[in-house]
Amino acid sequence: MAHDHEHEHGHPHQPHPFQPDLEETPLTHYQVMTQAVGDLLVEKGVFSADELRAMVEAIDAKSPAAGARMVAHAWADPDFKARMLDDVNKAAEELGIDAGGIPIRAVENTEGVHNVIVCTLCSCYPRLLIGLPPDWYKSRSYRSRTVREPRQVLAEFGTTLPDDVEVRVHDSTADLRYMVLPARPAGTEGWDEAALAGLVTRDCMIGVTLPKGPEA
Amino acid sequence: MSARFDIGETVKVRAAFPPGHVRTPFFVRGKTGRVTAVLGPYRNPEELAYGRPGEPALPLYRVIFETAELWDDYRGAAQDTTVVDIYENWLEAP
Repeated sequence: MAHDHEHEHGHPHQPHPFQPDLEETPLTHYQVMTQAVGDLLVEKGVFSADELRAMVEAIDAKSPAAGARMVAHAWADPDFKARMLDDVNKAAEELGIDAGGIPIRAVENTEGVHNVIVCTLCSCYPRLLIGLPPDWYKSRSYRSRTVREPRQVLAEFGTTLPDDVEVRVHDSTADLRYMVLPARPAGTEGWDEAALAGLVTRDCMIGVTLPKGPEA
Repeated sequence: MSARFDIGETVKVRAAFPPGHVRTPFFVRGKTGRVTAVLGPYRNPEELAYGRPGEPALPLYRVIFETAELWDDYRGAAQDTTVVDIYENWLEAP
């Protein structure tokens, strides 16, 4: 792996020139640290540069589509929904979706409870299931305001909830990831799963918006 | 590892402010909530952050708080709630 590579080329720390992501912009402290950690892990043979690149590409290629497909299937099949609420990663396997090794929990919106996800300490997000997080999810403003004034934040996304609906904020600050299982919109009886999945957006699965039904 | 607290039990988050890598948000420290799930054992992230083994693993809990109890000036509805994942070393009997 990495060690063979070093010896072939004879210059252990820079086996080949490094192509920066951004030109003519000085790297920030954390970008330098990220690069250094990546280089060290490759040098130690924990994984190869090719494996690192393949994983970055796999994550970049993820989209909310897999999560949307799961939600649509849960709407159509109550038994699947129960299994999904029990263990998202295992339920994903049933649909041929690899949701990754970090446990994901689904929190279900009901008539009385609306769920919204935030990570105040960093920006935890179920990337392998619903793709890359939007920039605002990682912003200091979203992270601090969602726990303090969730209804105002939701209103800014066009989601205004009556006072008799409980707003439940989930601060995912640990070794788990969370996604919202939104409620199936009215007027979608008899829709097939592909059409249902088309209603499920990334923002619905974060909990800042609701899926729009046919009347909306 | 056996979990010290059960689902439904009232718990208080330690009002501690140690330096270093901490996984318990400021806004719940010193607050009282209720356990809604016991998520299983996880190696202590506050130890792992310094390259130590993080053993013994700690039970991780989901704890639900009344949002109005967390913020003096909360302007939402009375029944709004906030759920946070908290490791056992941060929880105590109220």
